[in-house]
This record gives sequence, structure tokens and C-alpha cells, in this order.
Amino acid sequence: MEIKLELNGKALKAEIEPDLFLLDFLRSVGMKSVKRGCDTSNCGLCTVFVDDKPVLSCSMLAARADGHKVTTLEGLQAEAEEFGAFVGNQGAEQCGFCNPGFMMNAIAMFRENPDPTDEEILEYLSGNLCRCSGYEGQLRAIKAYLAFRKEEVAE
Amino acid sequence: MLTIKEYVKVKSLEEAYELNQKRTNHILGGMLMLRLGSRNIQKAIDLSGLGLDSIEEETLEFRIGCMTTLRALETHEGLNAYTGGAVRESLRHIVGVQFRNLATVGGSIFGRFGFSDVLTMFLGLDTYVELYKGGILPLEEFAKKKRDTDILVRLIVKKTPVKAAYQSFRLTRTDFPVLALMASCLDGEWRCAVGARPGRAIVVRDQDGILKESGNQAEIERFAAYVKEKTPTGTNMRASAEYRSHLVQVLAKRAVEQAGG
Repeated sequence: MEIKLELNGKALKAEIEPDLFLLDFLRSVGMKSVKRGCDTSNCGLCTVFVDDKPVLSCSMLAARADGHKVTTLEGLQAEAEEFGAFVGNQGAEQCGFCNPGFMMNAIAMFRENPDPTDEEILEYLSGNLCRCSGYEGQLRAIKAYLAFRKEEVAE
Repeated sequence: MLTIKEYVKVKSLEEAYELNQKRTNHILGGMLMLRLGSRNIQKAIDLSGLGLDSIEEETLEFRIGCMTTLRALETHEGLNAYTGGAVRESLRHIVGVQFRNLATVGGSIFGRFGFSDVLTMFLGLDTYVELYKGGILPLEEFAKKKRDTDILVRLIVKKTPVKAAYQSFRLTRTDFPVLALMASCLDGEWRCAVGARPGRAIVVRDQDGILKESGNQAEIERFAAYVKEKTPTGTNMRASAEYRSHLVQVLAKRAVEQAGG
């Protein structure tokens, strides 16, 4: 079957199998930031935006992306680089495998709630599992980034 | 492994209903449970083009389309104002935001899963289901029925005056609940919907009139003990029946107190 979608701002047409998941489709067109983790809808590694909302690409059929706007980390270079620097500064990654999904969902949170409390951060990111870091570095990175953004706005 | 031969984005409920009469065809909700199983689907029926993905708030009721996501329910101001935040509390522990942006209310309710926070929460409210062929019936009645080939079109939540609170107990954050409970006082009558027993959620009503709209501590404790006595529980890998029964009483007391009983 044929699907047409907007991927990272560019129109894309593709022939797919009806049971192809969005994760596999995106990787097949070169979006290697999208990782396969648990494959049971739990870990958040495969997070992408569909119509600007974060979803698990391992659990959504590519067919359902037909007519929609899909964004991966490759399409968020500026935001990802800026926030990624804070992640690196805080040592918030070890193996780094969960980082693309974590950064996608963190960016979704920043857009939805620019001034979250610690509790709101932990709740929003509870669907992103990391088996190395213990989450402390990630929380520090988010808080440092939010403080930086507040300063930027104040200036 | 899940295989799908053909994907059909239907243009009408009638088309969906006709396709759904064949056992090898299947209606897609959020697909989060479906994808975990092993199944060969001939035609996957997608309702997402039918405009059933929104919550309409009217004077006397909320009308919730079957393709509405759990995240849309969780963040809906009207529903949360009506239930004192019980809707949000029942949903915010379900995996993560990305999961709840995919999971649909129709998939959760039609599946009538034992572990369902969604079913438990809605059973605590004055809720009805609208079926394409079967018409409108109380959710409590629908929850007891076996799965069939009808289509759940929407949920209807009547704005009956309510005091409500949702409580759940999990072994670890974002896991399935060991026990889920919604206490509510609807038009002056208290009830507790108890889910993850681990069987399908049931409703226990205060038929003995133990608890007035605002009860004292002794009445709340008697009501919590009554809910425990009336709720059958079972054992699975998360907890024993005995522990679940203990939790029924604990969560019923907490929820009634929280709701302002």
C-alpha cells in the first residue's frame, strides 16, 4: 500500500506492507536516531512526534502515519543540539542508547510545559527508561537547561 | 507475531461493522495490547478517519469518541473539573505520555481488561457506552458482557453530581496496578469500582446505606470493610488474593476520605 507523509518537513511517498511498524519504516528511510528497545511499548527509546505529539513508533503502524506529519530527532537538530549540550555537561548519558528517545520526549515536555516542577518532569519522562544513569544526571540536565532558557528569556 | 494482510481506513461505521463480522478481521484501537499478541489479521479496520477522536462537553454530559486518546482524557479540563482530578489520577500512571498518546478509550473499554485503570475509573462515574448496533447501555452492563462484533462508538458520561477520588497501588511506577479503586458519591449514593482484582472491574454499591454523603470516620471504616467483603479477589504474579482484599479496604478508606466522604 502507498502512504504519503511529511517527514522532518519534507514530503515523502512510500510503498509499505500493511503490518510495517513506524519504527521500522523510519529506520528504513535513514532515521537511525529511532531505536528499538523493549519492543513492548514500555521503554520510550523509539519516541517520535506524530503531528507534534510524542508517540511510540514501535507500536504504531506506518499506515497510520499516512497524511500526517512525523518528526524524528534528525528533524530537530537545533533544539537537540542545544539541549544535548546540557545532557553531555551533566554526564547524563552512559551507553547513550536511550538518549534520542529521552531527548524527543524532553523536547515535547519543554514545548508543552516550559516551567515544569521536578515532580512534573519525573512524571512526563516516566515512559523513558534508562538502565545506566539512574536518572539523576538527566534531571540535572533538564533543570540546568530550563534555568538557561529562563535566563535567555529574561535578557 | 502480529501479521496484517490488508489495512482498511473505513469511511463509515457501517463499513467497519460489515468488515468486523468476519472473525479474521479486527478493529484497531491504539494497538498497544494487540501488538503484543500473536495473531494473523486479514483486514485491519481503522476508525481513525471517522472523527471519533474528540471529547464533546455538553450541558448534561460528556461525549467521548472511541478513538480519543488516554492523554486527551487526562488533560481535559472539563472532565477533571467534574471529577475533582480523578480522571487524571487514574491515567497518569499508565506507562508514559507517548503510550497514552496512542492508547484509545475505545480500545481500553472494549477490551474490558482486568488490569484496566480506564474501565475502573469510568465505572465510578455515571457512564454509558454507545454501540453501533446495540444502542446505548450502562457501562456496568457492558463490562459484564462477552466480546462480540459490535462497535463501541463513544462513551457518554452524564454530569450527575459527583464526589470522586481514584486510588491505585503498584509494585513499581508505570506498572499494571495490583489494585485499582474509584470511590464516588453519585447523587448521594456511594459506590466503589474495584479493578485489577485481578479480574474485570466490578462496582460495589452502598446498598446497606452505611455511608451518608459526608460520613464520620467510623462510617467510612465500616463502608471500607463492606467493600472488602463484597469484592472477590484472586492471585496472580503481582499479589495474592489475601493481599488484594487487604488493599481493597485500605484504598476504599483512602479514596472515600479523599473524595470528602
